[in-house]
Amino acid sequence: MPSLPDVATPDVVTLAERAAAAQAQDPHVADVALKTAFFDWLCRMGDNSLILGHRISEWCGHGPVLEEDIALANTALDLIGHTQMWLGLAAEVEGAGRSADDLAFLRDAMKFRNLKLVELPNGDMAVTLMREFLFDAFHFELLTALTKSSSPRVAEIAAKALKEVSYHLERSSDLVVRLGDGTEESHARMQAALNKVWGYTGEMFAEDAIDDAVAEAGIAPALSDLLPFWQRTVGEVLEEATLRQPEQRFDAHSGGKQGRHTEHLGYILAEMQFLQRAYPGASW
Amino acid sequence: MSAVLPSTQQVWDWLGEVPDPEIPVVSVTELGIVREVRWEGQTLVVAVTPTYSGCPATSVIDLMIETQLREKGVTDLRLERRLSPPWTTDWVTEAARDKLRAYGIAPPVDGTASDGLMAGRAARLSGRSNLVIACPRCGSSHTERVSQYGSTPCKASYRCRDCLEPFDYFKCH
Repeated sequence: MPSLPDVATPDVVTLAERAAAAQAQDPHVADVALKTAFFDWLCRMGDNSLILGHRISEWCGHGPVLEEDIALANTALDLIGHTQMWLGLAAEVEGAGRSADDLAFLRDAMKFRNLKLVELPNGDMAVTLMREFLFDAFHFELLTALTKSSSPRVAEIAAKALKEVSYHLERSSDLVVRLGDGTEESHARMQAALNKVWGYTGEMFAEDAIDDAVAEAGIAPALSDLLPFWQRTVGEVLEEATLRQPEQRFDAHSGGKQGRHTEHLGYILAEMQFLQRAYPGASW
Repeated sequence: MSAVLPSTQQVWDWLGEVPDPEIPVVSVTELGIVREVRWEGQTLVVAVTPTYSGCPATSVIDLMIETQLREKGVTDLRLERRLSPPWTTDWVTEAARDKLRAYGIAPPVDGTASDGLMAGRAARLSGRSNLVIACPRCGSSHTERVSQYGSTPCKASYRCRDCLEPFDYFKCH
């Protein structure tokens, strides 16, 4: 019985060999000069996935219909899976003996590096889906660019996550169109949701010294380069959804990436971290 | 002291007896998630790749692989997680596809994985997905998607409009 079906396909074997070799020699993982910025940037990647994943998981058991409940729980699972990879690499780069779990469960709010957009409360299903769509459209472009990262470790995580995020984007854009171009009630709710979260989207493209350092090292793209692609996807989907792009500034709220958060993050952490804080080292 | 080590082919055969915990009609090797078996001196190394990043079955699969190999007498064992190249349903064997169908799960239609762009647009323009999934029960192609997700991350929910049965579709990934 051929137990490895693709073993005869040369490019897969080559890819696997190249990947194994690359894993052993990522030039950035032990780069002392880059360490602070690389670690911080990896925390941004991991924290966005962790906090959005946690938010979406709050719908588990509360979805309006069973299929949506399951879909949201599955999306949350994917995001928590990405968190393990990003924070796992962050811990490795930091080299201080911390694990991905330590970073998730034992950091305080001001050490979290996620966007404010992802920590906002879920609101109704319209806010949840609109926020997810606007983030998915960004996440998709970012991961696509990261598959060409100069860091093989970053590139392989991005390639894995991209397959799942492509699915997230298809699902959320489909739902934005169906609900935006749906009933009077669903249209009004989707427009209200868009107006509510719009001012938080600009932070995704706001660059600081950390972004510049990883971009210069070829690890990540310049975020401003992703903006036109995001605008095109968002413009197309909103138009099809018969929704109006708000006129207010899209970068009204920022600071999450630097650790300045809304009060909402503290409540998420209180729930998420309680067990490890109250019973250090507990496992099951 | 130096007992003869089992061949890697023998190990592959043993792993072929380890069922997927969620879909027990197929084995972990038929799913294509065991990527490599090799000996490093006296240590057996098995590289396993996750299907979906957050799939909760991943740790159960590791445990089942370890249990099986220990039962076969392997004492010095290391499991390696391999991310690259990322798992694809192209690696699900033909035999496994027939077993999935017989079990009531429509097997993946190759070449239809999400790309976040064209497939999404096509789905939107046609109102629904343009993918035709045959009912694993009656064979009808008159089916509809109920949800992009199902009982596990790797499946979507469909319904047959002829025999009216709901069924799972193992998504192309």
